[in-house]
Order: sequence, then C-alpha cells, then structure tokens
Amino acid sequence: MKEHSKIQRILPHIYLWIGIIIIIFPIYFIFVGSSHTSAEILAAPMPLKLGPHLFENYRRALFEGTSNMGTPVLVMVKNSLIMALGISIGKIIVSLLAAFAIVFFDFPGRKFCFWAIFITLMLPVEVRIMPTYKVISDLGMLNTYAGLILPMIVSATAVFLFRQFYMSIPREIAEASQIDGATPMQFFRSILVPMTRTPVAAMFVIQFIYGWNQYLWPLLITTKTNYYTLLIGINRMLSGADVQIEWQIVMATTLLAMLPPVIVVVLMQKQFISGMTETEK
Amino acid sequence: MTKQYEFKAKGLAYLLVAPQMIIVFVFFFWPAAQAILQSFFLQDPFGGKMIFVGLENYTQLFTDKSNGYGQSFVVSVFFAVGITVLAMSVSLFLAVQANKKIRFQTFYKTMLIWPYAVSTMVAGVIWLFMFNPNVGIIAWVLKHKFNIEWSYLLNFNQAFILITIAASWKQLAYNFVFFLAGLQSVPETLIEAAAIDGAGHGLRFRKIVFPLLSPTTFYLLVMNLVYGFFETFPIIHQMTAGGPGKSTAILVYKVWRDGVVNLDLGGSAAQSVILMLMVIALTVVQFRFIERRVTY
Repeated sequence: MKEHSKIQRILPHIYLWIGIIIIIFPIYFIFVGSSHTSAEILAAPMPLKLGPHLFENYRRALFEGTSNMGTPVLVMVKNSLIMALGISIGKIIVSLLAAFAIVFFDFPGRKFCFWAIFITLMLPVEVRIMPTYKVISDLGMLNTYAGLILPMIVSATAVFLFRQFYMSIPREIAEASQIDGATPMQFFRSILVPMTRTPVAAMFVIQFIYGWNQYLWPLLITTKTNYYTLLIGINRMLSGADVQIEWQIVMATTLLAMLPPVIVVVLMQKQFISGMTETEK
Repeated sequence: MTKQYEFKAKGLAYLLVAPQMIIVFVFFFWPAAQAILQSFFLQDPFGGKMIFVGLENYTQLFTDKSNGYGQSFVVSVFFAVGITVLAMSVSLFLAVQANKKIRFQTFYKTMLIWPYAVSTMVAGVIWLFMFNPNVGIIAWVLKHKFNIEWSYLLNFNQAFILITIAASWKQLAYNFVFFLAGLQSVPETLIEAAAIDGAGHGLRFRKIVFPLLSPTTFYLLVMNLVYGFFETFPIIHQMTAGGPGKSTAILVYKVWRDGVVNLDLGGSAAQSVILMLMVIALTVVQFRFIERRVTY
C-alpha cells in the first residue's frame, strides 16, 4: 500500500527534526556564546564552537554578576524561587479551599462568589498594572515578597481545575463521611485532599512556571537589587550600549534562568500535560 | 432528580472561600474600580489635585492622533493575528507528525514540549541575541551573505517580523500540547474506516480529523489571541522598546509607557479599562463555550 512507502515513513521524522532544530538552535547559540569572552562575541560573527571560558563564565555569573550590575545569579535565584514557590503553593492552598466551599457547600452568595472568581480566569496582570501597582504601594508592599506574590495569586485557573475535579467526585462519599460523624473539615483533610493529589501536582507545575516566568510585575515593584528576580536581572544586564554589555555573562545567566522550569516540565511531563488539558475541558 | 448532597455549615463555607475572595477583591476589583474612577480624572503626576474630566481621557485616545492609540491598536491586531496564525499552523503541523505511529515518539514529544517552560522574556532575549545588529549571528549572515541591510531598530518591517517570530516561537509548545491531546482523542476506528473507503491522507484530515479537532482549535484561537494581545509585553520591552519610533508599541506596552514612563495616569487608566473589558469579553466567550462542552 502507498501508506507504507519508505518516504511516507521517513517524512514525519524529517519534519519533526526541522521543528526541533528551530527550537534548539537559538538555545545552542546562547550556550556557545556563554563559553567565549565578550570580545570574541562582539567581533561578529561569533564562533559556533564551544570556547574555553565556559566554567569561568558560569562561576562569574553565579557568584559575581556582571560589572554593570553587581547582583550575582545566586541571589536572584533565591528571589525567583521564593516568588515561584510562593505563587504556586499559595495559589494551590487558597484555591483548594475556595473550590471546596463552592462545590460542596450550600450557602447564600455562592453564585456571586463563583462569578466574582471566574471573571478573573484569563486576566493577565499586564492589563491592570497601574491600578494594582497603586494598591500595592498603598499597602506598603513595594520591594517585598508579599507584594511580588499576592497579586499573582488572583487568577482563577486553579479554582477552575479543582472545581472540575471535585464535581466529578460522587457526593455519596461526602454524605457517608457525615453519617460516620466526620466534620466537613475532616472530610476535606482525610478524604478530599488525598484524592486531589494528581490535579494538585499538575497545578504545581503550571503555577511554578507561571511564577518563575513573571516579568512585568517584578519589573514594576522591585527597585532594590536584592529583590531582583532572574529575569529582571537579565534585563538590567542588557541595558546599556552593545559594546559595554558582557554578553557571555548575560548568556550564561539566561541559560541558568531557563533551567529550573525546564527541569520541572521534563520531570513532571505527564502531570503537566494532564493539568493543562484538564483546565481546557 | 434528587438534589446532590451538600454541607450546610454556612459559616465554615464563608471562611473557606474568604482568602480567595479577599485576594480577588483587593487585587482585582479594588484596582479595577480605581482604574475606572481614575479614567474620569486628570491628575498631575506629582500626586496633586484631581480634576474631573468626564470621558475626555477616552475620547482623547480615539480622536487625538498624536496620542497614537489608533496606530497602537492596529499594530496590536496585526501582531496578535500574526502570532495566532503562525504559531497555530506550525504547531498543528508538528502535532500531526508526532501523532503518527513512528519510532522515537516520546523523544519527539519531550523535545517539542519543554520550551513551554521558557518565559516570554527569555524568548525575547534569545532572539535578540541572534538578531542584534552588532553581535547577532543571524544578523551577520543576513548582512554578509544575503546583502540585507539588517537594522530592526530603524526598520519597522524588520522589527515587526522579528517580534512576531519570537512571540510565536514561544507559543509553539503550548499549542503543541493541546493539539496533540486533541489528535490523540480522535478515534482511530474512524480514520481506519475512511482509509478503507479509499480516502487519502489529506481528505481524511480535512473531513474527519480537523472537524473533530475544532473544540481544541477554538480554545487555542482564543488563548493565542489573549497571549498575542496581552502577554507579549516582555518581548516588546526587551527587543524593540516600542520602536522604531512608536511603531511596535502594542496596547499593553503603551499602557505601561503612558503610566510608568510618561506618568499620564488618567490616560493609562482609561487604556487599562479598555483592555480589561477586552479580556473579560474573551473570557466570557471562552467560558460559555467550555461549560457547554462539559454539560453535553
């Protein structure tokens, strides 16, 4: 059959490799760049083979930073990590409780709560920056971790996912726990939360990446270098004339900034995919 | 139909939903209300008195040519649509290939999914490295091998193409995940039946796969537009800073610049209100659609 001709079998591989090259080439380019000196990179075209300064550049990036912005990567990793973990864990806890109330309880105003939360489902921080900035500044939260984290917990994606999941759980379980004399909170802690492990893991991956990759918000509210996240650090390193930029350190920092979320996605691929496609359904 | 079992403890319910509601009110409804209020006033940047100006902040956006809002709107539409078309078609194509019964499938999937973790900002930086007129390797190739005068900081067309490619590149993995999941849920028996009836690859895709994929496609269409319109700030900020001139200052970039850099608080607030309305409209469309699919 024509279906199984050799070309038909090889073509998909070729197409997929083209796709992979489109994705990988830019990354390879920065990796190579991070192994040369600034002068070599500026003397275009920069070499396409690995240079001898790889370890030195990464050591400088990690512990010293560039000369125009003295914050080392390690400090910024700490800030990015606090922000990403704060957002993901905070959001998961708050959303688990809210979804529990909305699905399992009968109370006046439930519909109102539902819509008030869901109106924020896709709302990116970009569209409400100035007013949110004002609120944070009024609350005295500029240059604080709370200021970095709290406004990012707003969107309803996690409530939405947990609500979907809770609605698929047979209510007889809740009723039975009541008959056995358990309080709603005991039901929540000993039955519901353990059942929710998979969606929680999925949400964790998605929200960790979301938090780690925030850019505009930290750009607005962090003015002190000891609160800079990695992405803000990269932006600061790149400000200035092309010749003054220490390209090799910036490239090393960029790769280091990519690494944690990429590791999370690769290791938790399955949970991540199910989490993404569950929210869609 | 019997009513589903529900807990009756009202006080506890309010307590449970309180943290989420507080966050939503303090960090969404309160700022949104302030933005609406602010958009009717003119305030001097140094925190002085506010003057009520009615709808002037809005009308100025649409009538005052020097403001550049109309131009920003047009460029945003082209940008968002460009990203949506480019990112969706490429990732649909790759997802179809990866969904075939081929060897190394898991490897291909992982390789195409992991860039989801790359932030929009980093995507901007990566493409900046390649296309920077002074150090970029591709910029060098364009200049010396193809004789193209590459200076995207001075040439709008080059700048626009570059940001569109960079923004689409970042979105490939997201679309790929959803298209692949959608393709995997197409029943194989249907496709086999069509194949036995003599339908070729193209026909099978057009008549069976693509229609069954339409919910995924619709979902991605909305999400890609949301991404293109509202989440691409880092790419503009990092790559072109709205330039050359103000030609690539898309709406979200303009809100930021007018508010933070030019300190035109009223104008920026009016723009925020318009953007929020756009997102909420898209959310409602998406949500109605999702709920309908869940129910039936």
